[in-house]
Amino acid sequence: MSTDPGRDRRRKWAGAAFWALCWAATMVGIVALMILLVDIIMDGASQLRPEFFTSFASRFPERAGILAPLMGTLWILGLTALIAFPVSVGAAIYLEEYAPQNWLTRVIQVNIANLAGVPSIVYGILGLAVFVRWMGLERSVISGALTLSILILPVIILASQEAIRAVPLSLRQAAYGLGATRWQVTRHQVLPMALPGILTGTILALSRAVGETAPLIMIGALTFIAFTPQGLMDEFTVLPIQIYNWVSRPQDEFRQIAAAAILVLLTLLLTMNAAAIILRNRFSRMRVR
Amino acid sequence: MPTVHDIETGGRPPALEAHNLTVSYGTTKAVDDVSLVVPANKVVALIGPSGCGKSTLLRCFNRMNDLIPGAQVSGEVDFHGQNLYAPDVDPVEVRRRIGMVFQKPNPFPKSIYDNIAFGPRINGFQGDLDGLVETSLKQAALWQEVSDRLGSSAYDLSGGQQQRLCIARTLAVTPEIVLMDEPASALDPIATQRIEDLIFELKQDYTIVIVTHNMQQAARVSDYTAFLYMGHLVEYGPTDMMFTNPTEERTEAYVTGRFG
Repeated sequence: MSTDPGRDRRRKWAGAAFWALCWAATMVGIVALMILLVDIIMDGASQLRPEFFTSFASRFPERAGILAPLMGTLWILGLTALIAFPVSVGAAIYLEEYAPQNWLTRVIQVNIANLAGVPSIVYGILGLAVFVRWMGLERSVISGALTLSILILPVIILASQEAIRAVPLSLRQAAYGLGATRWQVTRHQVLPMALPGILTGTILALSRAVGETAPLIMIGALTFIAFTPQGLMDEFTVLPIQIYNWVSRPQDEFRQIAAAAILVLLTLLLTMNAAAIILRNRFSRMRVR
Repeated sequence: MPTVHDIETGGRPPALEAHNLTVSYGTTKAVDDVSLVVPANKVVALIGPSGCGKSTLLRCFNRMNDLIPGAQVSGEVDFHGQNLYAPDVDPVEVRRRIGMVFQKPNPFPKSIYDNIAFGPRINGFQGDLDGLVETSLKQAALWQEVSDRLGSSAYDLSGGQQQRLCIARTLAVTPEIVLMDEPASALDPIATQRIEDLIFELKQDYTIVIVTHNMQQAARVSDYTAFLYMGHLVEYGPTDMMFTNPTEERTEAYVTGRFG
């Protein structure tokens, strides 16, 4: 035990200072988010009229709407999910349940982890070279969706692997012990248990894709269109690009409708994240049982 | 060389015959040159101190070691005159005919009914599934306790009930041999007693190989006992002889509790 009262005081003071520092650090994030939200809501809330959702972009701010970028974002979201989900889950199942434990598997694993950290603009360049030019898909919705799918593949693969790995070995053994094949074990035991975790990872990855701008600009998404995509080969724009376009205009009114578009995008993202949280909570409740 | 006493097979072909089984993980041998005969419709107990290779040996009998990365098996296990480790043998079929019950109860996160029905379903069972579920639960002495709540989650059962459910689940695919890896080690004395009673009844229809670290349990439930030490089979013979008059000094030291 310390007998030096001065040292005791210093220790307590250091503890309190550390607590204050951590508290302040937490507050920086929350306060920044609050200021951002309040600022955007004050700017944009008044613009959220029904026509805002049913009008195309216009050079007159009072007539401009987000129909084209909203539909573009939904198209991209849906297509990206359709492409990225099966490919990622397939890869995760292969790596966890089938792949032999050798150097090649380890190289692949390290690469996937690294790919998750590659800047998105690099994926844009890849998309431009492969999908737009080489495969001749032009500046279409499908090019955009493929590019974003590649972008979020590693994220979903890693999350799915995590979820698959969390399925207890004892369940696999039980199923194998009854004469189940590897596929039957995966299909009937592993996947149902891992699915909530896989879906959570997928939703979070998709919400990242929805917020992406750079790779889509790279592959040539338009900034001003007066139509919605009707098919895979149609040109498109998405919300972040439209927002960027509006924010960079000189007129103040455009900044207001940009704020309104940001509100729509934020709502979409928060809804997706909330869905992920709900899924995760349900998953952990199942675990406890 | 191990001491192997007369194993009475009652004139019937043995259920399993292991010849020179060796299992190694990397450079360590978990099971070293073990040969033994498992007579049909008997209970054979594998005993020995922790790490002696008894669980590894048990997993050789239905090729569960295939699932452990790095496990190398050499030697033969003959089942109906067929070596289970021959290249043309499908381990999936082996595991259907030689079932396994694990140390900790591991029911599927499904209903009681679906736990039992899973095995028959994946094996393409065509017939009266409800009847099969009932028969299996009755064989495992669990039917009376769960017959009115087959649809509720298996996780709502007690540990002992869960383990009997796992036994019923194994019986539902009609194996010939049931391997049990310390099936009662996670259970209280009363639940343990019920499992032991069950083992006694099951040997009418099945051959049972049980790993246990509980020597009294081995003495109570088994007809033959094999004592393993550091991967080697030390002595194998009728259980009463093994516990009252073993030939090997190490067997005697272990069964009387002088080490282990």
